[in-house]
Amino acid sequence: MSARDEVFADIRRSLRVTGAEAPRRAAVADRLACTPSGVIPARGKGGAATFKAEAERAAATFAEVAAAADIPAAIAGYLRERNLPATLRIGADPRLAALPWDQTQLDVSHGASDGHDLNAASVAFAGVAETGTLALVSGADNPTTLNFLSDNHLVVLFAEDVVGDLESVFARLRAVYGAGHAPRTLNFITGPSRSADIEQTLLFGAHGPRRLHIVFVGGHGG
Amino acid sequence: MTVATTTPRFKENVHEALHDPRLQRAMAFAGNFVPRRAAAVARLPEFEALRDSARDIKTHTLAHLDLYLEAYEARVTEAGGCVHYARDAAQARAIFLDLCRRRAAKRVTKGKSMISEEIGLNDALEAHGIEAVETDLGEYIIQLRHEAPSHIIAPAIHVTRDDVEADFRKAHLHLPRDRDLSEPETLLAEAREILRQKFLSADIGVTGANFLIAETGTSIIVTNEGNGDLTQILPKVHVVLASLEKITPTLDDAAQLLRVLARSATGQDMSVYTTFSTGPRRPGDPDGPEEYHVILLDNGRSAMLAGEFSEMLRCIRCGACMNHCPVYQAVGGHAYGSVYPGPMGAVLTPSLAGVEEGGQLPNASTFCGRCEAVCPMRIPLPKMMRHWREREFERHLEPTAMRYGLGVWAFFAKRPALYRFATGVAMRALGLAGRRAGRFSWAPFAGGWTRYRDLAAPQGATFQARWRAKSGAKNGATR
Repeated sequence: MSARDEVFADIRRSLRVTGAEAPRRAAVADRLACTPSGVIPARGKGGAATFKAEAERAAATFAEVAAAADIPAAIAGYLRERNLPATLRIGADPRLAALPWDQTQLDVSHGASDGHDLNAASVAFAGVAETGTLALVSGADNPTTLNFLSDNHLVVLFAEDVVGDLESVFARLRAVYGAGHAPRTLNFITGPSRSADIEQTLLFGAHGPRRLHIVFVGGHGG
Repeated sequence: MTVATTTPRFKENVHEALHDPRLQRAMAFAGNFVPRRAAAVARLPEFEALRDSARDIKTHTLAHLDLYLEAYEARVTEAGGCVHYARDAAQARAIFLDLCRRRAAKRVTKGKSMISEEIGLNDALEAHGIEAVETDLGEYIIQLRHEAPSHIIAPAIHVTRDDVEADFRKAHLHLPRDRDLSEPETLLAEAREILRQKFLSADIGVTGANFLIAETGTSIIVTNEGNGDLTQILPKVHVVLASLEKITPTLDDAAQLLRVLARSATGQDMSVYTTFSTGPRRPGDPDGPEEYHVILLDNGRSAMLAGEFSEMLRCIRCGACMNHCPVYQAVGGHAYGSVYPGPMGAVLTPSLAGVEEGGQLPNASTFCGRCEAVCPMRIPLPKMMRHWREREFERHLEPTAMRYGLGVWAFFAKRPALYRFATGVAMRALGLAGRRAGRFSWAPFAGGWTRYRDLAAPQGATFQARWRAKSGAKNGATR
């Protein structure tokens, strides 16, 4: 008997089941197919305003621009104000590629990070109002390494991608990737990296970005 | 089974911990968890309803564990990953070492994983000439100190800033001796710099899992530092070490559990990084691991499904029970001598290691009930500690003096008239003797108690006598 068979036999012995019981199989198949939602906090109904307040509570910073064309200037301005180098790493997301980067002084490079990129920008798959959380998915458009190897992570969030709760993100994922399937990596990010491992003192920039800046696009119909 | 290490020495460990001023200074910071959790709970009106929901999800899952496991495994395989089953720690280590051999791995980076502690992975890797690098700051610190974690989410909670500075100076010899490490910020920056190089040069990254999702074949990790993510996206191979009970049916179910997890653990609404991983790198992906493996560990858990400790398998390892435990706060995690400390450890350790090894731990409780009151999964921890005490008694594992004392008590308890007479005399005598101070600093046969605290003096009448008097008066009034 393989270890797998033994583990299953041990579980079934303890549960006093064979694994063939039709009602049990139906209960499991139903739950996996219907994915019932449980308790969803009302807080998420506050939309973009709640998202902003919650993200700032988690020590992210937040800026709003009227249209996508304003993103390069907003990012360049953010870096300049903090005396950070005018460099930026981005993936292949068409919503970023189409922007007028040449109107700024930014030196923009493309692709995954090898650990030498101080600043990186990504487009969020969604923003969760409930907790001010960003959802990002892996792939060539927005490589996962940008989320963690950069010191300053700038995340573009379009107003139409703000949802109330985690469950709404999952519903969107099922629509994009198909039921039962998920992206290779889905990152929920709430504020910049931190640690409290030394005497419970909260310190930012543990291993991931020291700063998380959200560029929110088109909140007022702009 | 090699889970428990110094658990049989529990009493001696406690004595040493209480007399260790350095540890007592460090443990003062552990109290911070309590107000943080309370504040996070106060901000969420749905918290109690979420606890019920979370409990029900896990109870349902455990009752159907075999079928959700089948579904989970099928989804992982479909996504290009591989699930390995391990009945015990030795099998889990063998599977991991085999993966290392196939990749000729020299360096393994590690996200925080209690299962890795449970199976003793670091020692096994070291014995085979493979460097294991802990990347969670707290885990890194205790690895330098050759210690075990003393808390399941804050592993270095017993270490002071001064200790960390001394450890870094001893370990990072290539750095200038006169560098300033006086601030926690500089210590963090130094660890970040050193570990960044390790992340980028590792052959295998190993993480734990907070949840494994049957719907999609996804593993979930929750961190604040981002070390778990760098561990799993940079090397060519990502290995997930997880125990069977991490299985969760759907993404929506995970959302329920995540809402109670971070709030109960650190008082955050969400931890900074909650990461869902499904299989290896896909066509067109510019980053991510080429291989994705899951090692599923049983190690006594399938046996726990039957019987009175099955509810312990709902535990999501938030640490709230130890954060709120007066015993844990006084003695720290190392005194427990096992991988899992605090109330959850007192219940889990005897289940995993046997009552002979871990049977003393359930006695380390005042039964104040705070652990159960804050447990997000509503696990009846005090009740289960009582079950273990009963088993310890059945097996004659407790001290003879205690057994003798219980025998004397039982003799009287079985003879109610004699019991009433004897306790009545004793209470009157003690009440009279202690009427001035209201307490005793010494009492016959109670030296073990009075050495560390006073014994309250009785008021002069027994409970039974007062109850009779009270109900007699009430009956008279209603008649």
